[in-house]
Amino acid sequence: MTRDALRVELGRRYRFAASHRLHSPHLSEKENYRVFGKCNNPYGHGHNYVLEVSISGKIHPATGMIANLADLDAFVERHVLEEFDHRSLNEDVAALRGKVPTTENLCIEIFHRLKHFPYAKLERVRIQETGNNSFEYAGNTEETTCE
Amino acid sequence: MVLLTRKIEFSASHRYHNPNLSAEENRRIFGKCNNPHGHGHNYTLEVTVAGEPDPVTGMVLDLKELKDILEREVMKRMDHRHLNYEVPELAGQIPTCENIARVIWQLLEPRITQGKLHRIRLYESPDLFADCYRNGASGAGN
Repeated sequence: MTRDALRVELGRRYRFAASHRLHSPHLSEKENYRVFGKCNNPYGHGHNYVLEVSISGKIHPATGMIANLADLDAFVERHVLEEFDHRSLNEDVAALRGKVPTTENLCIEIFHRLKHFPYAKLERVRIQETGNNSFEYAGNTEETTCE
Repeated sequence: MVLLTRKIEFSASHRYHNPNLSAEENRRIFGKCNNPHGHGHNYTLEVTVAGEPDPVTGMVLDLKELKDILEREVMKRMDHRHLNYEVPELAGQIPTCENIARVIWQLLEPRITQGKLHRIRLYESPDLFADCYRNGASGAGN
């Protein structure tokens, strides 16, 4: 019986602080409150988000690494953290305009930004919104899971 | 199928260095992980085993047996050791998180006979970890 190949993935965590408000202009004020509860509070609220990025690839024999962390860190800084950290996700992130900046939508947006990382394959993005809520996206819209 | 995860911690030192590269290249690639006298981490290892609960005991596996395996195969080899010099299984490899995870998988997989080794996750620091699992298994543990 053949065994499935062994995979190694590297995971890296990043942190950013951002505010957001969950509000849909397509719903009435009452419906917004009913659907989003206190996440609809008019001035927004904030989170210390924890972003987990998982990449896969061969372990390079010369370095022992799937990808150089410095390259990954610089890529994530440039494509995500610069635009998201200490910002309002509703006001400051153009790509999220027209969408409700739920962490589900954040996962998808960040995945699309990071999938072009040139040195390894992006496997998944996981974002912890609070100690009790986290979301994960692996590049297929039908596979977004939340915990 | 139920996933059971056991966590252990070990403290070890290491240095990222490739003797086939120049000092400048080592420094450029590995940065301060190449500092000549090495450095250390408190590693955290999560071992996830998959299986069906035994109808009599309700357990996927005997945790005592798993603890003994981890003590023998990981702790005795790596805890309070220098990973570059004292772990034969890592000889000739740079003791990166990825390589250590792979070596730990190779040590544990044949020895876990109750249930099936599903995934290991090795944290080098709270923000850096490597997962090892067989293709076809989900990368997620619990």
